[in-house]
Amino acid sequence: MSPLPGRPKAGSLPLGGVERGFRGACSAPAERAGCAEPALCAHSAKGAPVSTRVFVPIDSAALSLGADRVARAIADEAGRRGADVTLVRNGSRGMFWLEPLVEVDTPAGRIAYGPVKAEDVAGLFAAGFLAGGAHPLALGRVDAMPWLAGQQRLTFARVGLTDPLSIDDYRAHEGFAGLARAIALSGAEIVKEMTDSGLRGRGGAAFPTGIKWRTVLDTAAPEKYVVCNADEGDSGTFSDRMLMEGDPYCLIEGMAIAGVAVGASRGYIYLRSEYPHAFGMLQAAIARARAAGYLGADVMGSGKAFELEVRIGAGAYICGEETAMLESLEGKRGVVRAKPPLPAISGLFGAPTVINNVMSFASVPVILARGAAFYRDYGSGRSRGTLPFQLAGNLKRTGLVERAFGLTLRELLYDYGGGSASGRPIRAVQVGGPLGAYVPESQFDVPLDYEAYVAIGAMVGHGGLVAFDDTVDMAHMARYAMEFCAIESCGKCTPCRIGSTRGVEVIDRIIAGEARGRNLALLDSLCDTMLAGSLCALGGMTPYPVQSALKHFPEDFGLIPDQDKQAAA
Amino acid sequence: MADDTRTETIRRIVDLHRASPGAMLPILHAIQEQLGWVPADAVPVIAAALSRSRAEVHGVISFYPHFRTRPPGRHVVQICRAESCRAVGAEALEAHARSSLGIDFDHTTGDGAVTLEAVYCLGNCACSPAIRVDDEIVGRVDGARFDALIAELRDAEAEA
Repeated sequence: MSPLPGRPKAGSLPLGGVERGFRGACSAPAERAGCAEPALCAHSAKGAPVSTRVFVPIDSAALSLGADRVARAIADEAGRRGADVTLVRNGSRGMFWLEPLVEVDTPAGRIAYGPVKAEDVAGLFAAGFLAGGAHPLALGRVDAMPWLAGQQRLTFARVGLTDPLSIDDYRAHEGFAGLARAIALSGAEIVKEMTDSGLRGRGGAAFPTGIKWRTVLDTAAPEKYVVCNADEGDSGTFSDRMLMEGDPYCLIEGMAIAGVAVGASRGYIYLRSEYPHAFGMLQAAIARARAAGYLGADVMGSGKAFELEVRIGAGAYICGEETAMLESLEGKRGVVRAKPPLPAISGLFGAPTVINNVMSFASVPVILARGAAFYRDYGSGRSRGTLPFQLAGNLKRTGLVERAFGLTLRELLYDYGGGSASGRPIRAVQVGGPLGAYVPESQFDVPLDYEAYVAIGAMVGHGGLVAFDDTVDMAHMARYAMEFCAIESCGKCTPCRIGSTRGVEVIDRIIAGEARGRNLALLDSLCDTMLAGSLCALGGMTPYPVQSALKHFPEDFGLIPDQDKQAAA
Repeated sequence: MADDTRTETIRRIVDLHRASPGAMLPILHAIQEQLGWVPADAVPVIAAALSRSRAEVHGVISFYPHFRTRPPGRHVVQICRAESCRAVGAEALEAHARSSLGIDFDHTTGDGAVTLEAVYCLGNCACSPAIRVDDEIVGRVDGARFDALIAELRDAEAEA
C-alpha cells in the first residue's frame, strides 16, 4: 500500500482548527464505535428522529478556505444549543467564491449559506438557519442557484450532493447501475456502447475511448491492465481532484467497467503527490467498495475479478504523459517511451493496457447506465457529451461548470465567471493547461469543441481556463512556458530538453530588444523543431502558448503588429 | 535517528514492498514518509532488493522532485508557481516568502522550522494563489496570510 505523500507530521497543524486527520474516513459501518471525530462525523446522530443534516464540504479547496473550522464551529454551536445536527462532509458544488458553502437540508430543499466563516456560525444558528432561516449569507435553494441550474452535470451529477464515502448514498443516486448493466453485457457490447457514446479522452488528447478499449479487448494476453491517469498537473485544472474527493466511487465504477469490458483484472490509479486529500478519499473508498463486493475476486457476483490500487507520483509533470506514467508505475524514471507500440497493445509491464484520464473513466458509469445515445445527444460536432470546464485565475467567480461542448469562452468568463476578480478587462485566457494556447478577446466567441479550437490553433485540453487581466505581461508568460518545459522535460528527446532552454534565452533576447528580427525568426524555427521533433506533447506543444502570445500580443515583446510582420518576413 | 535504527527502518520498508510490481516508488515514498527524506544509505538496500543497479535507484530518486536527499525542516511549505496562481499574484507571494523567511527554494530556515519549495499546481486553481503547508492546502494566500501561517507554525512549535 502506498504511503500518504508528504513528510511525517511532527505535530498537527493549527490550520484547520481541528486535529488533522482524514475526516471522511469515519463513516464506515463500524464507525459508531471507532470514529475519532464524532462531532465531525456524518453518523454520530444517525437514528435520531429529527436530526437536521448540515453539509460542509470536505473538498481540498473548501478546506483551503477554512471548511474544517466551520464544521467544528457548527458542531460546537449545535452542542451548546442542544440542537440535533448531523454533519455531512460532502464534495464541493464547484462554486469556490462561496466556499465554505454550507447547506442545510430542509423540507423546502437544500438551502445554501456562503461563504461561511467560523465566526458566522453563531449568527446562523440565531437566524434559524437549521430551518432555512433568512441571513445575509443565505443563498436560497442550492439547486436553483443560477450557476448550478443551467449546468448539465452528467459526470458531476453526485459531486456536492452526496456523502462521498457512503455506498448507500452512491447507490441511491444511480451508483453502480452502469457496472450492473456492464456485467450483463459482453466485452464487445460494452466497447460498442463506449464507441457509440462518442466519448473522447478527457485528459486532453481527445482520442476516442471506444477505439482504445477495442484495441485492448482484441489483443489477446494473459494479463491486461486498466490505468487511470490522475496526474492532473495542468495549472487551471482541478476537476479530477474534485471528483476523486467528492465522488470517488464514480471513478472506481468506471474503471471496474473498463476492466470487465477488456478482460483486465487489475487496475492502478496513478495519483499525483500534490493531492493528499484525494489519496485518503480514494483509499477509503476502495476499501469499502471491496468490502461491498464491487471490487475484488468476484465483482458484483459476475465471477470476474478486478483489483484496484492507488500509486502516488512524485512531483514530475511529465508523468501525466501516458508512457512516462507507465515507466513511473514500473518503478523507473518517468521518461517518455517512443510509440509504437501503443500502450493498448504493449503498456504496463508489457501488457495491453487501457489508459484513461479520471474524467473519461468517470463518464463511463452514466454512459452504461443510461445508454450511449443519452450521452451522445449532448455536445456539438464531433465533440459529444459534456465537459467539466474549470474556471481559474483572475475571475470573480471561479469553479466548475459542466456543460455540453459548444458553449463559448465568453459565456464561461462573463456569465459564469463574472469577469475578472480585479475588475480590469480580461486580456488573455490560457485554455487547456500550460501547453494550451493563449486565447485573446477576439476569439472568445469560438465554440468550445475540439475541432473548432484546433482550427484557431488552440486546444480545449482538459477544459481548464486561466484568465489574466490587462496587467499580464505576455512575453513574461511565453518565457515561463519555455521555462516550465525546461524544468519538467524528461530529457529523452533533444528538441524538448535543449529547445526549451534555448527558448528561454531567445525570448530573453527578444524582450531585451537584441536583434529582434533575427531572434524572432530563430524562435519561430525553434518552435517548429519542437512541434515536429519532440517525442511527446510537452516539447511538442510548449510552442502553443509561446506562439499564441507572440501572435496575439506582439506589443508585449516590444513589437507593434506591423513590425512583427516585417520582422518575420 | 541512530544509523542502526535508520538502516533497520529502511530494510523493514523494503521487505514490506519488494514483492509488489513496480515497487520502487512505493518504497521511496514509504522511506520518505518515515524519515522525511531518502538517505543515500537506502540506495544499495533498494538496489539489492529490486535487482537494479545503484545507479538506476539513484537515477529514480534524482528524477522526481518529490524525493529529498537531505533532511527537510520540521515543516515543508510549498508555493505554487503555475499559471493560475501567477494570474493573481503568485510571483509577488513567492518573492515575499523568500524574503520573509530569508531563504531560497529548497532551503531550510536557520532554526530548522521551515523548508521552502516550489510546486507546479496544487489543484487549488479556483482559490489562487495556493500554497501547501505539510499536508494542508491553503487558498487565496497573500503576504500577510503567509506570514500569519508561518507564525502559527512557530507558535505551535513553541507550545509543544
